[in-house]
Amino acid sequence: MDLILTEDQRVIREEARRLLADRMPSERLRAVISEGQGVDAGLWATVAAELGWCALTIPEDCDGLGLGLTELALLMEAAGERLAPIPLWETTCLAIPILLALGTEAAHALLPRIAAGQSATFACDPRQPEAASLTATPVAGGFALTGRLSPVLSPRADLVLVQARLGEGTAWFALEPGMGQTVQTLAGLDGTRQWGVLQLDGVTVSALARIDAGAAPALRHALALAGLGLAAQQVGAARGVMDLTLAYIAERVQFGRTIASFQAIKHRCAGLEADLAEARALVYGVATTADPATFALEVAGLRALAQDLVFRAAQEAIQLHGGVGITWEYDPHLYFKRAQSDRGVLGDPEAHLDAIAAHLLETEAKA
Amino acid sequence: MTQDPHHALRAEIRNWMATHLTGRFAPLRHRGHAGDGDALPDLRKEWERELAAGRWTCPGWPEDWGGRGLSVAEQVVFQEEYGLAGGPGRMGHIGEGLVGPTLIEFGTEAQKRQFLPGIRAGTEFWCQGYSEPGAGSDLGNIRTRARLDPETGNWLVSGQKVWTSLAHLSDWIFVLARCEEGSVGRNGLIFLLMPLNQPGIVIQPIRQIGGGAEFNSVFFDDSVAKAEHVVGKPGEGWKIAMALLAFERGISTLGQQMAFSQELDAICQIARENGAAARPAIRARIARAWVGLRAMRYLAMRVLAGDPSPEARREALSYKYHWSNWHRDLGRLAMDVMGPEGAILDDDPRRERLRQLFLFSRADTIYGGTNEIQLNLIAEQGLGMPREPRGTLI
Repeated sequence: MDLILTEDQRVIREEARRLLADRMPSERLRAVISEGQGVDAGLWATVAAELGWCALTIPEDCDGLGLGLTELALLMEAAGERLAPIPLWETTCLAIPILLALGTEAAHALLPRIAAGQSATFACDPRQPEAASLTATPVAGGFALTGRLSPVLSPRADLVLVQARLGEGTAWFALEPGMGQTVQTLAGLDGTRQWGVLQLDGVTVSALARIDAGAAPALRHALALAGLGLAAQQVGAARGVMDLTLAYIAERVQFGRTIASFQAIKHRCAGLEADLAEARALVYGVATTADPATFALEVAGLRALAQDLVFRAAQEAIQLHGGVGITWEYDPHLYFKRAQSDRGVLGDPEAHLDAIAAHLLETEAKA
Repeated sequence: MTQDPHHALRAEIRNWMATHLTGRFAPLRHRGHAGDGDALPDLRKEWERELAAGRWTCPGWPEDWGGRGLSVAEQVVFQEEYGLAGGPGRMGHIGEGLVGPTLIEFGTEAQKRQFLPGIRAGTEFWCQGYSEPGAGSDLGNIRTRARLDPETGNWLVSGQKVWTSLAHLSDWIFVLARCEEGSVGRNGLIFLLMPLNQPGIVIQPIRQIGGGAEFNSVFFDDSVAKAEHVVGKPGEGWKIAMALLAFERGISTLGQQMAFSQELDAICQIARENGAAARPAIRARIARAWVGLRAMRYLAMRVLAGDPSPEARREALSYKYHWSNWHRDLGRLAMDVMGPEGAILDDDPRRERLRQLFLFSRADTIYGGTNEIQLNLIAEQGLGMPREPRGTLI
């Protein structure tokens, strides 16, 4: 198997990068942050409704394009590079895989809406994304939902998927705005994402809002796909913050030479680049081969690699910018905040690494 | 998800290795790799002839020269299966992987006819004469001289090469020497093929950190390289030398990764046995090693696929830095997992192998371009950062 991009994949990536560079310069990103909603609605309308980015991995019989994980990873990388303030990851890497894993008609019926441009997310306890975090009680004509989730990513999405305890089992629901839930926006350390509280105090939803068929979906696999997307986005963010740092140090002159000419600085950039190459190869390798035997474990490892990479890239960016690195005016802090904030999304990376150790050390399986 | 398109080839190699790396060759399993390169040399030379009889030497060469003309992907399959079967370190590696492709590209017809069959047959072994005591990372600082003998047209070589792997077990050496008086750096060099068994060549083994001696110093004193054994033109030596290094391309590192994986398996097994597997810090390091190995595999596959894009170039530049540091870390992890028993020299072959890993992996980040040179290359060629200034103490 060749692990190089096809011509089509290259075009997808370059078009995405060009669009986001054009639409999300630093000034625009800062405007979104100061608006306090963590979303650029105009950009979202362009990429979701006009360009069909969310249709990418939706099957063709649900109005999607039926493309693969590599294409999706490329989009996530491009979005991460610019810290694009849109619910792209939540929609494509979290909600769509869960809907496909649920596999019901009710779940599939939501996919054409997403393909057409609606945003979606999965609201969960960030520390235990697999756990049912709400309570559902059967009532006449439907269910009453109760519980509070915080912090939730993109709580104002058009579709919010939730998992609730129902008797001895669990049930899945798709919430839409105006069903009686309370959403409160929270100010995040990372202002390029939308954070909030989702509260339901016995909100009654129709039986039609239930989207599972009683059997537990392959949630672990869906969350592994989400992990892959998150890591791809982090690799993109690492690229973005490194590139702006390389540009800065190529201009900054001290002692009569650019600081980029100092070996102490070159080696730190090169070391980061080597780690970036490692993480990116793993993203493409996992996405392209999607080997079921190793997929979840490789993603677990990738989460740890990518988290570490993006944090160090952002940290080095601040350091190599020197004094201006700690100002609001320069961009490294935006990446730094995203890097730390992402750490808490879908469980911490150490737990993921220990899943690998358990596999290697508590079974007789081959490394 | 996808069917392995090389299933038949894989099965053929696996079967061949199972039926041949056995009996009198069984002691060779897992032997002779870096750090253990001088192990069982006679038997390993016989093994090269066994491989040749099965047409498994030089499988990537064109069929005209006795190869199988395998694609890069197929050569990767061979390397993987060879490594999985515990195939020993290849005595013929330098001839097969470096000299052969260089001669096929740049050699004369007579050179090809003289040298390729012996490499292919596993009867002639080669070593590499690049580094010198004063020319390590700064390879352009070569001082070994090649002087033209006007009467014979031959070249007379004087000087010293060092870190020459397996010179004491080889028949021929390729030598990068300075053929233009007063030239400096990459100019004025010549690429010569020389028989080692001649007056004026002295080979001295260098004892290494782990006790073995696979490296040598090679001394030349008016030693002869025949006129017809110049590759390329006199003065073009640097170009040929760099082209030779580019042939490496890392295909053999895929086989190396199989050995890495077996080393990690051994570490996991010991950790389970002695309780280290319960320690959180060890668990995290083992998991991290596994991830690094998976990434290394995909990185190698991307590099070998030859993507011309800038980011793929950066990945290619990063590959050596990545695998060598990974392997060095693995050596330390092995010792930490073994605990106090690891620090006592004993005859347990599994522990001894891991101790050798600990010691020799220190060389991984030095030979073939040190970490520091790799980082310069990534910074300068990959990221376009300014070049290191040259000193004046020459």
